[in-house]
Amino acid sequence: MKGFPAAARETLRDSQLRRNLGKATTTIRAKRLATIAELDDWEALREAGAAIKARAMATLPEQLELLEATVTNAGGTVHWARDGAEANRIVAEVARAHGSDEVIKVKSLATDEIGLNEALAEEGIQAIETDLAELIVQLDPSDRQSHILVPAIHKNRAEIRALFERTIAQGQELGWEASAIAEAARTHLREKFLTVPVAVSGANFGIAETGTVCVVESEGNGRMCTTLPEVLVTVMGIEKVLSQWRDLEVFLQLLPRSSTAERMNPYTSLWTGVRDGDGPREFHLILLDNGRTDVLADEVGRQALHCIRCSACLNVCPVYSRAGGQAYESVYPGPIGAILTPQLKGLGEAPTLPWASSLCGACYEACPVKIDIPSVLIHLRARVVAEEQSRWDPERLAMAAVGKVFSSRTRYEGAQRLARAGRGPLGRMPVPGWTPMRDLPAVPEQSFRDWWRERRAG
Amino acid sequence: MNLTVRAALFITCFNDTLFPGTGRAVVELLERLGVAVDFPEEQTCCGQMHVNSGYAEDGAALARRFERVFADAERVVSPSASCVAMVREHCPAVRDRVFELTEFLVDVLGVEDVGASYPHRVAYHPTCHSLRLLKVGERPLRLLRAVQGIDLVELEDAQECCGFGGTFAVKNADTSMAMLSDKLRRVLDTRAEVCTAGDNSCLMHIGGALRRQRTGVRAVHLAEILAAQE
Repeated sequence: MKGFPAAARETLRDSQLRRNLGKATTTIRAKRLATIAELDDWEALREAGAAIKARAMATLPEQLELLEATVTNAGGTVHWARDGAEANRIVAEVARAHGSDEVIKVKSLATDEIGLNEALAEEGIQAIETDLAELIVQLDPSDRQSHILVPAIHKNRAEIRALFERTIAQGQELGWEASAIAEAARTHLREKFLTVPVAVSGANFGIAETGTVCVVESEGNGRMCTTLPEVLVTVMGIEKVLSQWRDLEVFLQLLPRSSTAERMNPYTSLWTGVRDGDGPREFHLILLDNGRTDVLADEVGRQALHCIRCSACLNVCPVYSRAGGQAYESVYPGPIGAILTPQLKGLGEAPTLPWASSLCGACYEACPVKIDIPSVLIHLRARVVAEEQSRWDPERLAMAAVGKVFSSRTRYEGAQRLARAGRGPLGRMPVPGWTPMRDLPAVPEQSFRDWWRERRAG
Repeated sequence: MNLTVRAALFITCFNDTLFPGTGRAVVELLERLGVAVDFPEEQTCCGQMHVNSGYAEDGAALARRFERVFADAERVVSPSASCVAMVREHCPAVRDRVFELTEFLVDVLGVEDVGASYPHRVAYHPTCHSLRLLKVGERPLRLLRAVQGIDLVELEDAQECCGFGGTFAVKNADTSMAMLSDKLRRVLDTRAEVCTAGDNSCLMHIGGALRRQRTGVRAVHLAEILAAQE
């Protein structure tokens, strides 16, 4: 791990990446604003989304036990996984039990978070990504996801075309139209959909009341995976549970408008256990904790678990849209990643992420479930300072000194006089990163308060 | 009956030390509009830098101190959206009495034409905290539009952060510079001679780069434009 400042320094040098990202995020921003403007009750929907999530989290144990019962009653098998290793082991066991050395995958952040593909590879099982962008990333061993919704957002059409011609479309010359390039992926994947017996998915929502799992997608590859194979394994973060069927009404409006700026996403797949002659004959639901109950214990930070992975916060973020997703060194990039990653992995694993924000607030404004990301960032900064920082850290000492100065008028005015002479705690603010691009103003001869006093006396 | 509006000026430590001209402009402007301005000299810092940097305890102590200093003020006015937002969130005892300058002018005094005259081409950058924390909306623009002689030009992508963000500008200097470069390009595209905003912190950032690049474009606080009678 390089940490955000160093990782961003590298990504910011890539002018092609800057251009690709700038173009993509600007387009989606405008589209999103237009789509949400169509709904008179958008703010009420956001409130409802936040309230439903908060209620589900407050009653999480009951919701999960109910979900286990309803899924089991519908013929599914429920597994509980404390961490990624446990979840990965369960997936591998299911695949092996069906004698398959391949699984096809629906795009899923939870499985990326736990490194499922790598874990399966160690067991001799190949995981095949079927989402177009995930496939693009998977085909290039040097590449990594950079966006929650569009993992290959950093790549443009020409780069993807060249990649396909090197890999799944070897010896072919693909056209320049997006449809021709996508056709190469479609041909490659179609055979897998029809032959691989085991599919793995994530879940956008799991309904406790009915035992229904919901996956929302655009390409139809997810529908193929959840209907064609004999066996379906769903890895679901425990925070994805909703208590009632009717809760979907709110989220199926919030999610597509916030993520792809569509009124409705092309494919919404819902399945409840198994049914003879219709879809997979075996269904496994893995309920994944992997740090989530720790997040739930933090009263301020827990709202990060309300995230529905729409990626609106990434698209509006001035930091993300310049540095790109890879600078966050996590499956969860952007503002939501900056609050989720340190909480899921531990603050010590990602101590620079809470500072990867100018606190401009664009993310909070865009979030469909009103996660107050700036406040959580500030809270996590305080936790990093309290839990991870050395007592002798220079910044800590400087902040303590400045705090002492500000706590007394006499000391403050003394420091102002010293600052005018270029010395003292106010004259030695941390500025090494400032001056390469920006002039610093000179400290004026007369402070405001000196002027005020002079005027009063005058 | 005494109808004089009284206001205690919360200058902010940043303006007090680095941008006293903004404070002088606020005093001039408010007095011109008939406000009795007071300046509680015990004031130092509201604690925002500490809070936002993760030093919650030091920040809270300064917020308590702020509440004591302004305990008796009828109304508090400040030329900093960012610091007012901090006070609103962390100083409940003062919350309902504190106003950012444009809020004070438009909401409390009920004026839009403050009698200013400023014959320059000006681009207004709405700072993030004025926009998203205080939600000052159109107030600054309404005040600026009423200024005599001003050529107020539209800034593209105006709502995009300039990349200051307090310690962000130094801790994530590379990202901050990338953001600032885009802001600068937008400002220069307008061919404005002045870039204005309601916060000197953002203006120090934008202005610092405008100066470094020898663009000849000045960064001027909104209060100084509203006080001007050129």
